[in-house]
Amino acid sequence: MIAYILRSLAQAIVVMLAVALIAFAMFRFVGDPIATMVGQEASVAERGEIAERLGLNDPVVVQFGRFVLGIARGEFGMSYRQGRPVAELLAERLPATVELAVLSSAMALALGVALGIYAAINRRGILANAAMALSLIGVSLPTFLIGIGLIYLFAVELRWLPSFGRGEVVKFGWWSTGLLTDSGRKSLIMPALTLGFYQLTLIMRLVRAEMLEALRSDYVKFARARGIPERSIRFRHALRNTMIPVTTIAGLQLGSVVAFAIVTESVFQWPGLGALFVQAVQFVDIPVMAAYLMFVALVFVTVNLAVDLLYFVLDPRLRGNGPAFAR
Amino acid sequence: MLGRAGLWAAAAAAFLAATALALSAADARSLRWARSGDALTLDPHAQNEGPTTNVNRQVYEPLVDRDRSGALVPTLALSWRITEDPSVWEFKLRQGVKFHNGNAFDADDVVFTFERARQPTSDFKGYLTSVESVTKVDSHTVRIRTKGPNPILVQNLTYLFMMDKEWSEANNAAKPQDFKNKEENFAVRNANGTGPFALVSREPDVRTVFKRNDLYWGRGEVPLEVTELVLTPIKADATRIAALLSGEIDFVQDVPVQDVERLKSSPNLSITTGPENRTIFFGMDVGSPQLKSSDVKGRNPFADVRVRQAMNMAINREAIQRVVMRGQSVPAGAIVPPFVNGYTGEIDAVPRLDVAKAKALLAEAGYAGGFSVSLHCPNDRYLNDEAICQAAVGMLGQIGIKANLVAQSKSLHFPLIQKAEADFYLLGWGVPPYDSEYVFSYLYHTRTDKFGGWNATRYSNAEVDRLIEGLSAETDLARRNAAIAAIWRQVAKDQLYVAIHHQVLAHAMKNFIDIPVHPDNQVSFKLVAFRKS
Repeated sequence: MIAYILRSLAQAIVVMLAVALIAFAMFRFVGDPIATMVGQEASVAERGEIAERLGLNDPVVVQFGRFVLGIARGEFGMSYRQGRPVAELLAERLPATVELAVLSSAMALALGVALGIYAAINRRGILANAAMALSLIGVSLPTFLIGIGLIYLFAVELRWLPSFGRGEVVKFGWWSTGLLTDSGRKSLIMPALTLGFYQLTLIMRLVRAEMLEALRSDYVKFARARGIPERSIRFRHALRNTMIPVTTIAGLQLGSVVAFAIVTESVFQWPGLGALFVQAVQFVDIPVMAAYLMFVALVFVTVNLAVDLLYFVLDPRLRGNGPAFAR
Repeated sequence: MLGRAGLWAAAAAAFLAATALALSAADARSLRWARSGDALTLDPHAQNEGPTTNVNRQVYEPLVDRDRSGALVPTLALSWRITEDPSVWEFKLRQGVKFHNGNAFDADDVVFTFERARQPTSDFKGYLTSVESVTKVDSHTVRIRTKGPNPILVQNLTYLFMMDKEWSEANNAAKPQDFKNKEENFAVRNANGTGPFALVSREPDVRTVFKRNDLYWGRGEVPLEVTELVLTPIKADATRIAALLSGEIDFVQDVPVQDVERLKSSPNLSITTGPENRTIFFGMDVGSPQLKSSDVKGRNPFADVRVRQAMNMAINREAIQRVVMRGQSVPAGAIVPPFVNGYTGEIDAVPRLDVAKAKALLAEAGYAGGFSVSLHCPNDRYLNDEAICQAAVGMLGQIGIKANLVAQSKSLHFPLIQKAEADFYLLGWGVPPYDSEYVFSYLYHTRTDKFGGWNATRYSNAEVDRLIEGLSAETDLARRNAAIAAIWRQVAKDQLYVAIHHQVLAHAMKNFIDIPVHPDNQVSFKLVAFRKS
């Protein structure tokens, strides 16, 4: 197992380097940072001088090498937009994104699994069908539309929840949380719902389908024949086998929720990494874009590894030595 | 009996005290301000960008400011004049002004500020290229020597915010941020100015809080009723407007054009609109022998003045105003907003729409069958920029010019203009010094190291160049204005650009305040007074 983890780590580093290289090759198409960095009075010579000072005239390979060396030394550079160290900016924005992503994923997972099981067991129930119909909306509506709809309903019309921001936050060292204040908790509801809605419907539909499949399988029939109580069949036998694909999907979705909370964060002015990235793109803030993309790659790599390890827990067949590692 | 009287007196005193308390509580009023973007930095010399200077001007002040009509207003300088030597300006400073940290404002701070703003890392050095040296005469008099006479130097100082020498040096912030440094400059998130508001807290892109500077020198001259100012950037248009409707925000500075009419009908809100110091126009390459993106080879259609005239006649500016801008624009005939020195109704007269004549002109120029060309357009810089281009594509199509729209982000669009790589493009131009010379030297002068930095038309007219260069040395204002008028006449004849409109700004706010639009899109919150209800 240790060998397996080591191998995964080596793969992770290669993936990260590849992401960085692709990102750097693409930055040239995002635009010229100097255009947004200086006022309209700046002369051609001044613009050239800034490009030279920032090393933007160097070939992509040289810039890439400098970036990788910087990371190896723990330096991510300065933001062109804000004139502040990138590492500090990311650290400042990380708690907001993590809090939002974890909460919305937890909500999506809990509700999704529960509704999925319910819909599988009561396949013809009115409630189950209503939930399935509603889930179609969740899969097909774009995130920003859900977000704006929620804002107009709960902030403008009903005035129950704040329309933007994170509310009051409490700081613990460099970490900040909105969970400990009333306004912070209120501010979390709509963004978490918006961000998690797609995941919720996805998980629900997946659990339902897998569960129906499992309930039809031979071992469930045999279990019934042996007289094992229905409750035990459903939750100990059928559900357990459903959880492997669900874990994979939910895990990967957690990665994408952390990584791509961009739309939700923009709609709710949520001060997280996604909103930072959107602004960085508009300003062609290369150091921030590069660091963010590296961060996203890191999240995906980590989540994938964690999901692989979770299989060991869920599937006893993988725990033995030998064939499991041949995967 | 005495005891009873004493009781009454005590009760009366308590009542009075309570009323006084209630009054002072009502006196403390905060204003919640939302914009689409935050200041990039609090360093007043690091970024010459509208939202950044708007935030900084609450904390910092220039020597001279500008009111809504474009007139100069004494601020930290009480008076200014050109001395006997036409290359030397003298500024008399206001007495008794203090920075927020208690330091006195004097001539040393002015000398220091000029020094700082002329550093290579400053984004305001462009305004000060004519400055040779700045010297202190006495504690409240400063002389500025320019490289040759510069009669409009003072017009360039309205964005130069004064910093405290001691504070900047003590905090290692004597120069603006250098992006090569690995450390953040202290002035990026800390501020110490002389302005009406002092910085309380700063979370970039989240929330910036200011409190009233109770020792402000201008108390009594301006309302200064806002005691706490909270800036929250809200990027998404719909969310920003929702926050105003839900009552979480009192003042939205950037109102999308399409929301103006809807907000006007809301009973608790009011809308102010006004022209911005910015003109939107099309430019075209008139100098290249052949266009890069056209189907006409071997010659350049734009080089023929009749083609340019035809385009000016074919663009329906009223339709753009009515449909694209929903009434929120002022159709224009020249790249000069109304408050700028040199503006006349005559040069800004909107060309008459005449499609038939335009077609005839094109045919006369030898393009009866029209021609194709790429139209480059930003999609995130000006109000409805891409939609303006789409409308123009249709209008030009009527006379046979097939424009292929290339709409992209400003970070891709602006380098095309700066390198003069676009055949046909949309651009907006603001005139911070409120003088036509600024328009001429950037948009009409031949492209050289010093001039024509945004002239992507490759237009080059030696006579016009000579007149433009002559403006900076002309100290006689009447003669100078005559020269400006002559240049406008010449470039109008050449029909170099197709001006579309002067941009109009809209602010939305709760009914209890009234904040008019400043042409520079700069709001001074010291001028805000609360309506008595």
